[in-house]
Parts: sequence; C-alpha cells; structure tokens
Amino acid sequence: MTVAVSDYLREDKLPHLWCGGCSHGVVVGAVARALAALEIAPDQTVVTTGIGCFGKADDYIATHALHGTHGRALPFASGVKAAAPHLTVLALMGDGDAATIGGNHLIHAARRNLDITAIVSNNNNYGMTGGQCSATTPAGKRTSTSRYGSPEPDFDLCDLVIGSGGGFVARTTHYHVRAMEKLIAEAISYRGFSFVEVVACCPTYYGRYNREGDAASMVKLIKDRALSKDKYFKLAPDEREDFFPTGKLHVEEKADFTTRYLEVQKKAGGIKAESKEGSR
Amino acid sequence: MQNNIKFLSGNEACAEGAFYAGALFYAGYPITPSSEIAQIASERLPAIGGTYVQMEDEIASMAAIIGASCCGVKSFTATSGPGFSLMQENLGVAVMGEVPCVVINVQRSGPSTGLATNPAQADIMQARWGTHGDHSMIALTPSSVQECYEMTIRAFDLSEKYRCPVLVLTDKTVAQMREKVVLYEPGERKLAERKKPSGPAEEYLPYRADDDGIPPMAAFGDKRLLRVTSSTHNEQGFTNDDPGNAYTLIRRLYDKIEDNVDDIAVFKTYLMDDADTAFIAFGITARAALNAVYKLREEGHKVGLIDMSTMWPFPDRKLKEAVSGCRALLVPEMNLGQLVREVNRICCDKEVYSYTKSDGKNIFPAEIIKAWRESL
Ligand SMILES: Cc1ncc(C[n+]2csc(CCOP(=O)(O)OP(=O)(O)O)c2C)c(N)n1
Repeated sequence: MTVAVSDYLREDKLPHLWCGGCSHGVVVGAVARALAALEIAPDQTVVTTGIGCFGKADDYIATHALHGTHGRALPFASGVKAAAPHLTVLALMGDGDAATIGGNHLIHAARRNLDITAIVSNNNNYGMTGGQCSATTPAGKRTSTSRYGSPEPDFDLCDLVIGSGGGFVARTTHYHVRAMEKLIAEAISYRGFSFVEVVACCPTYYGRYNREGDAASMVKLIKDRALSKDKYFKLAPDEREDFFPTGKLHVEEKADFTTRYLEVQKKAGGIKAESKEGSR
Repeated sequence: MQNNIKFLSGNEACAEGAFYAGALFYAGYPITPSSEIAQIASERLPAIGGTYVQMEDEIASMAAIIGASCCGVKSFTATSGPGFSLMQENLGVAVMGEVPCVVINVQRSGPSTGLATNPAQADIMQARWGTHGDHSMIALTPSSVQECYEMTIRAFDLSEKYRCPVLVLTDKTVAQMREKVVLYEPGERKLAERKKPSGPAEEYLPYRADDDGIPPMAAFGDKRLLRVTSSTHNEQGFTNDDPGNAYTLIRRLYDKIEDNVDDIAVFKTYLMDDADTAFIAFGITARAALNAVYKLREEGHKVGLIDMSTMWPFPDRKLKEAVSGCRALLVPEMNLGQLVREVNRICCDKEVYSYTKSDGKNIFPAEIIKAWRESL
C-alpha cells in the first residue's frame, strides 16, 4: 500500500477555521504525517473529537470520525476500540475536553489501557468559547474568567496520566514539529493507552490576556521553556520553575485491555472472531 | 417441559432479549434496580465473543455504546434515574448522529436519589424531553416479564430500522419480579438489521437519506468513510449552519419517527369492545388496572384497559380511535400525572380522570377501583 500524507487530509476543507497563529492546524498536520508514515489505511482509522476549537480537527482528517460532546472524546473512542480492536483509534482533544470537563475519562482511560492514542493540544484556555479558564491555566494567569489571575493551580497533564497508569506518555510543543510527528507515530504504534501533550498557544485569547505578544513571540516563549527530559531532570528542583520537560516521559510495556479481555473471553468459553483480534 | 420456558426477572428477560437481538456490546455503570442487567452482560457477553466494559460513569457508558454501534455492533446499556439523567446529553448524540442503540431505564423514585430504590413511573416525560433540542424519541414500556424480553428485542429492531436510540422504560417492580417467560428458539424470530450502503465508496454520504428518511449506515472500518457528528450537519456529515439545511435535518430526524407512529406505537387493549370507561396505564400499573377491570366486570361494569406498551411516539390517532366508544377515561400512574397530560391532550372531549401515586409504592387494584367509583 502506498499512502500519501494528502490521503489523510481533507484538503477541500482548507483553509481551516482556526485563527492565525493557532497551534491546532500544526497538530493535525503532524497526525496526518504520522499516520502516513505508519501506512495505516485511512479506512482502518477512527478519529474521535470533543467540542472546542480542536474539537473541529476531525473536519480536516479523511478517516472515519466521531464528533461527540465536550469532554467525551475518550469514552466514545473507548466504545470504538473495545468493540473493534483491529481499528486504529485516536482521540483529539483540547485541554478543556481532555483534562477539565473530561478529566475523569482521562484518568480512567489511562487506567483501563485500551489501545487508544490521546492527543491534547493544550493552549491553556477554552479557545472556542472566548478564552475562559481551564484546568491547565497556570495559577495567576489571566483568562476571560480569571481577570485578576487564576486562583487555582493547574494540572501537569503528563504527570496526571502517568499517575493514572498511562503506559506511553510524551510531551512536545507545536514548535517542535518533527518531534511531534515522531512522538505521535510512536504513540500510535504503542500497544495500550498512549498520551501526547502538545504545548500549544492561543494568541487570540490566552496570549492577549497575558500580554505574551503575537503568535511568533508565544512560540518563542514556549520553545525557550521546553527542555529535553534529560536536561530538565538534571536541573536542581528550584531551577525547574521556568521550564517543562519534553520527549517520552514514561514508557512501560503492559498488557492492554484487548489482550486482557481475550483472556476473559477464553475463561468465559467465548470464541473471538478472527477479525476482532488486535492486528498490530 | 420445553427448555425455552424460563422463570425470570424483568431485568433477566431484558438481558435475554438483548442477546437474542444480537447485542454484542454493553457499557454501563451499576445502579439499583438495574444492576442485574450489567452483571448478566458481564458474564454472558464474553462467552459469545462480545464485550462488556464497566465505564467510569453513565456519561461515558452512553458514549461508549454509541462508539461501539458505529462499528456495526449492536450495543446497549441499562441504568436507573440518576444514571438516566447523566445519559441525557449523549442520548442526544445518538439522536443527532443517528446511531442505533438501546437504553434500558429501570424507573425508580426521584427526584435525585429519591426513595432509593423504590419503584416509580416518573421518567416518561424525561424520556421524551430529557435531552435538549427538538427531537422525537422511541420509548417502550413493558408491563410483564415476557414483555421485557420481547420489547427489548423490538427495541433493537426499531433502533436498527430507524437509526435512532430506543428506550426501554421498565420500573423497579416489573424489572425485579419473576414470571414465566417463553423465549424464542434461535432463528425463530426475524430480526431487523440496519440498512447498509451500496455504490462506490467515494460517493458515500453518511447522512443522505433514502426516501424513507433514513440514511444507510456504513461502519467504522468499512471502505466507505463514516462520519458521525453531534453537530447540525450536511449530508457529508460536516457542520453546517445554513438555516434551510438545519430545518430540513431537524424535520427529517423528527419525521422519520413521528411519520411512522403507526408502525412503532402499539398498545394492548383488554375488554374494550363494549367499554364505556377505559383505564389507560403502563408498566406494572397496567397489571393492577387489568385486575381491577376483571373485578369490575364481575360486578357487571363495562370497563376496559389500554396498556400503553409504547409511550413514545405517542399514538394519538390510534388511541383516540380505541377510546372512541368510551365516555370516561381513568389514568392511574405512579407519578404526579404525566401520562394523563397526553391523554388529556388527545381525548379532551371525554371525561378524563387521573389517579396518581408518588410515594414509592405500587398502585393496587383496589385503589384503582376506589378511584373509579369516586370519579364516576
Ligand atoms: C457540556 C458542555 N459544557 C460547555 C460547553 C461549551 N464549550 C464548548 S467548547 C468549550 C471549551 C473548549 O476548550 P478546549 O477543550 O480547551 O478546546 P479549545 O477550544 O481551546 O481548542 C466549552 C466550555 C459544551 N459544548 N458542552
């Protein structure tokens, strides 16, 4: 099979609806290139999304798609993967989707370990609805619902997923486009729940509220704060504040849900149809 | 003794019905008085190559059965009051996205935790209107264990045929009482399957409806790319905010059910031929009402019963016809008067009486007879 990146994109849908300087399109491009690199057929791939700016991502991806409700991309994906384990399933989420309204689903998806790849474009606010506060808005940062600075601390998404049992957890930024593509490809290849956080920017809201300048200066800010995991953990704890670690933060092989459920089916005396077995 | 005659609870019969209908996927979150269905599904599905997943809540359960159904797998869940409330948003996804699936709601007392877990019949309006926005809904209301079995099978048939979620509204009493049930032999009953698309894969439009108002449905993994969306969409399944398109879509989703009310909505009549008074009831209350009918008939009163086996879509025309010879109607129900609103709406030329009870107890035949004597 020969596949081109364009096979995964709905080019007729371009230009996309995201604002100039938004990271979401960069992530969609990386997803398409990762799928093409792995030569996973578009008709064997399902993308689920929630609601939000990044929730629009499925409009531009030429695979099967399930565009659900705000915060629920992962449970929709879980139903798909549990019912049809041979399909490649990706859940594309904003930080509101993944970690705020959908936080409960995120920790349980990591624990349940269905072979789903969750990709979060984390722009630290709710872009779609006018730049409100999210569970990833850092304490003290301004948004349209935290005009005096947010009183709440933010989640470290990767730590959250690692703590919940996620077996493949990686972080990158929208500046590191090649790394992003590679990490997404590795995440898809990983058998089990995989999680990629893309540190992203929303110049329209978060950037404006926090006087971080235009898209280019926001990208530079993010790039300067991103350290490779090795560099980051060599810093003394009190030197880490202005930085965050990137790369594969945690990789651990473990039996995924489908493997374990095959055991359940065997014990129950059920036969599993050929086509339903994990093919990768 | 035939081995397809069983002594089952309503919940067990619902599960049997789902398996007979070909369900191979269950996602749910336990809640009394529905949990037996989850327990049976967790045991039986893996034994037939199916899958049971216990989700983190009912929001996720509803999402998961929609996801599974998009893979072409018949899927269901079961819950009760609080869980049914949590399912409402994603129930709307199944409506808008036209995803067949079955939700069994074992009604219990409310609001909120209520008299956990006493019976009630107070979710029928929630079933109809609980998810936001204009929509229709199919809801079946079994009044016996046999009907729990048959109506769950029928719920799958209707959901596949009309590409929509279908609700089975039992109540705690029907769900947990035991009765004799005759199960179908394998292959004995014909089952409905969703319409599959034909034609070239590139030309497939997931939301192009046939003349019957129902679009053929590809499955995830097919050559034809399936897009399922909760947003107002065009035939391709992309968000579209054109008012004309929006109205056409909403109308189609509504009409595909309401225009087929005669196919979908059936009810049972007892001794209605010469009745001057009809009791109109559903679920366990229909059983009490039937007993009251027999007792009153012994006294020579011309009383009949309509057991509303289908609550939604409401069979306006057929019900009006069925009670045309009656002077008075009495609607006993375990809520503060939900079904009676519908009866009043379509039978306003009759004397309509309501007998309601909302204290966690069943309505007994003697109460219905008393209500009948007092109202007439
Ligand atoms: C149940 C529910 N609550 C609230 C909303 C309104 N809403 C839509 S998108 C959104 C936030 C989106 O933020 P995020 O997931 O971070 O994605 P982004 O728009 O930033 O890409 C909210 C609050 C909704 N659609 N559904």
